[in-house]
Amino acid sequence: MELRKNYFADQRKDDLHEIGQPRPRSDSPGHVTGKTAYFADRNFPGMLHLKMVRSPHHHARIRSINTSEAEKHPGVVKILTAKDVPHNVYTILILIQIGPEDETVLADGKVRWKGEAVVAVLAETERAAQEAAAKVKVDYEVLPAVFDMEEALKPGAPVVNEYHGQNYYLYDSGECRKVRFGDVEAGFAGADHILEQTYQSSPIEHAPTETTGCVVVPEGNDRFTCYTNTQAMFFTLDNASIILQMPGSKLHFVGGTVGGGFGGKVDVIVEPIAILGAKLTGRPVSFIYSREEEMQISSPRAAEKVVIKDGVMKDGRIVARKVTGYTDAGAYSRHSPYGAQKGAGHYPGPYTIPNVWIDTYCVYTNRTPSSAMRGFGVTIGDFALEVQMDKLARLIGMDPLEFRFINAYRDGDMKAHRQPTEGAALIECMQEASRAANWPVAEKYLAMSSYTKGA
Amino acid sequence: MAIRRGRGVAAINYPTGMNLGGDPTQALVHSTPTGNFMVTLSSVDLGQGMKQIMAQICAETIGVPTDRVVVDTADTDTGPHCMGTFASRGTHRAGNAVIQAAREARQVMLEVAAEELEVNASDLETDGQGNILVKGAPQKSISIFDVALSAHFKRGRSISGRGMFLIPRSYPEKETGAMKPSTCYAHACTVAEVEVDDETGEVTVLTVRNVFEIGRALNPKMVEQQLVGGSWMGISHALYETTEPYYPNRDHGGTDFNQYLMPGPGDLAQTEIIVLERPSADGPYGAKGPGEMCANPQIPAMANAVFDAVGVRIDTLPITPERILRALKAQAPN
Repeated sequence: MELRKNYFADQRKDDLHEIGQPRPRSDSPGHVTGKTAYFADRNFPGMLHLKMVRSPHHHARIRSINTSEAEKHPGVVKILTAKDVPHNVYTILILIQIGPEDETVLADGKVRWKGEAVVAVLAETERAAQEAAAKVKVDYEVLPAVFDMEEALKPGAPVVNEYHGQNYYLYDSGECRKVRFGDVEAGFAGADHILEQTYQSSPIEHAPTETTGCVVVPEGNDRFTCYTNTQAMFFTLDNASIILQMPGSKLHFVGGTVGGGFGGKVDVIVEPIAILGAKLTGRPVSFIYSREEEMQISSPRAAEKVVIKDGVMKDGRIVARKVTGYTDAGAYSRHSPYGAQKGAGHYPGPYTIPNVWIDTYCVYTNRTPSSAMRGFGVTIGDFALEVQMDKLARLIGMDPLEFRFINAYRDGDMKAHRQPTEGAALIECMQEASRAANWPVAEKYLAMSSYTKGA
Repeated sequence: MAIRRGRGVAAINYPTGMNLGGDPTQALVHSTPTGNFMVTLSSVDLGQGMKQIMAQICAETIGVPTDRVVVDTADTDTGPHCMGTFASRGTHRAGNAVIQAAREARQVMLEVAAEELEVNASDLETDGQGNILVKGAPQKSISIFDVALSAHFKRGRSISGRGMFLIPRSYPEKETGAMKPSTCYAHACTVAEVEVDDETGEVTVLTVRNVFEIGRALNPKMVEQQLVGGSWMGISHALYETTEPYYPNRDHGGTDFNQYLMPGPGDLAQTEIIVLERPSADGPYGAKGPGEMCANPQIPAMANAVFDAVGVRIDTLPITPERILRALKAQAPN
């Protein structure tokens, strides 16, 4: 790594003692010698193991659940179904008033994705819990499912989630989050060229070294200690408090040392049901995702579809940009309404464009609910934007890097979401990339600055 | 049939924090009787090194070496509220809270030192080595060890501080989308070079040159680790990863690391990292959040490089050999 101090030197005072120093990490020796204690390193006498019975169907009505065989399985201590969960229908962003509650801790009457949790089995060993889970009999009536976002948005598509009523999240702005800036149609009308392209991604796994999980211990004082690898301690505690209808003062969460998150550990999935198990059995409970659960059950990065229509002039200026983004939330909201909205605030990218129209949709389908992941609402959008930029440059016969200089935002430029640009540094990054990659650009671009308009 | 070489560029920015939800984090700082400092948080270290960075920020602010600071996180019985570690917010939000708490603690520390030295607190400075000196008369000094002892056993003072950093929630305006989704933006420009085998569709990433502007590199070694890791993840997203390879079909999803494709050590390109620092107005010592941003620009840079190499656009991620071959076949004159 190289620190290039010649850029923005006038904005820094290099007078610090500890900041800017490459101090060795105090936790590294523990990590590399196996001495760091993670939540799963805690073992307690009498600890039970929780395993889930999961839906084999993408969309189905539950006619009946029969746990009698499973209950007789040696080692089984407790079996939980929807009726055992005090506040079974929840949604995590209800903490910031983003509803409706649309997801069940344990399925009640219906499953909406393949892998959805239906019954929780608590047993003396992981093996006994797994074997007993296989003996739970669930009678399903399979329903038509929808997997494609376009299909899901058509009239007459199967309704994925009745708590929404339609297959998209309803914002206060309507069926999508909108950004309107300038007059996009006038921009297109005056453009030398129009280019409309569609970009697509599919779900991506966070792949942390340590899978999602927790260990819960009922304490003598009627409190519960939850050792967890959540990325958000109070967010998880407060949601658990709602789901369990238990005062937050009864809950004590311990964590903060996590083997990779990447956004995959901000859903509140394992803690509430494990605390409930500990409460109902009076024994410590461990609930840890297998690698298979981590990959196919825990929320992935959402698949996205991004349609970009641009109007561009022969001289390289982009004069209009219209973006329609679709986020595949899967069967439940989790963080997806936020991600789609974050996308609306990110487009049209780090460029100053006078006419912008953005619509971002959060769409429900019968697949594993997606949620936050590194670059939430932005990563796939940047893929689409920057491939589009390459296509536009080639369309008008311009060097792709020079084309970006022409459109790059600078301090004071008004963004589409009506915030003035501050602290821009795109131009300087491109100048340095031009040098480092030996990608020559005209001298006038090397003379540009993020500080000011003009050459 | 040939191995064809191409290169592509991408430039991006990235918002720090989750303003659209309201974004608070708190911190507490106190000294032990012998002048070490505890930072108490409920923030989560995901392995990215948050504990170390909070220790350096506290040490810088109080004016002691980093090894005099211990970070205690995360315990909801003792640590004050943090929204969580996500949205590139950890260093920015918690760092600001730690600075505020550490400043308050430093002020008490200087007041106690002033009483011991019989001078005004405003005439004192720290030497960064564990001592408090009178400005302009450094021979008149007291160790922070002695100041802490005095505070605890003689003066009856608590060398401690409370820190709070809150970005109030921004509600997007319904019709126009006017909003404040972030406080500051990190930036990047990446140039990737690839080789594409037009017979097999296989992509070999040769070099990935990244320029990142991150506000301030609080710990350059750790910044390097995060940025290199992010750049590798970008390669992985571009060419390999998905839980649903035939999306929107649900079949053939990987369930372990044999089936779920990711690059191995041999698949990772020569990676270059260059860092620029334009301090953010509201960041702790100017830092922005580069945690998420650093994995993004490689993806379009590689897509553009593949086009440059073989002349086909793959607009669907991941850019697999199958997709490249199908596109080449569709493009070939019959």
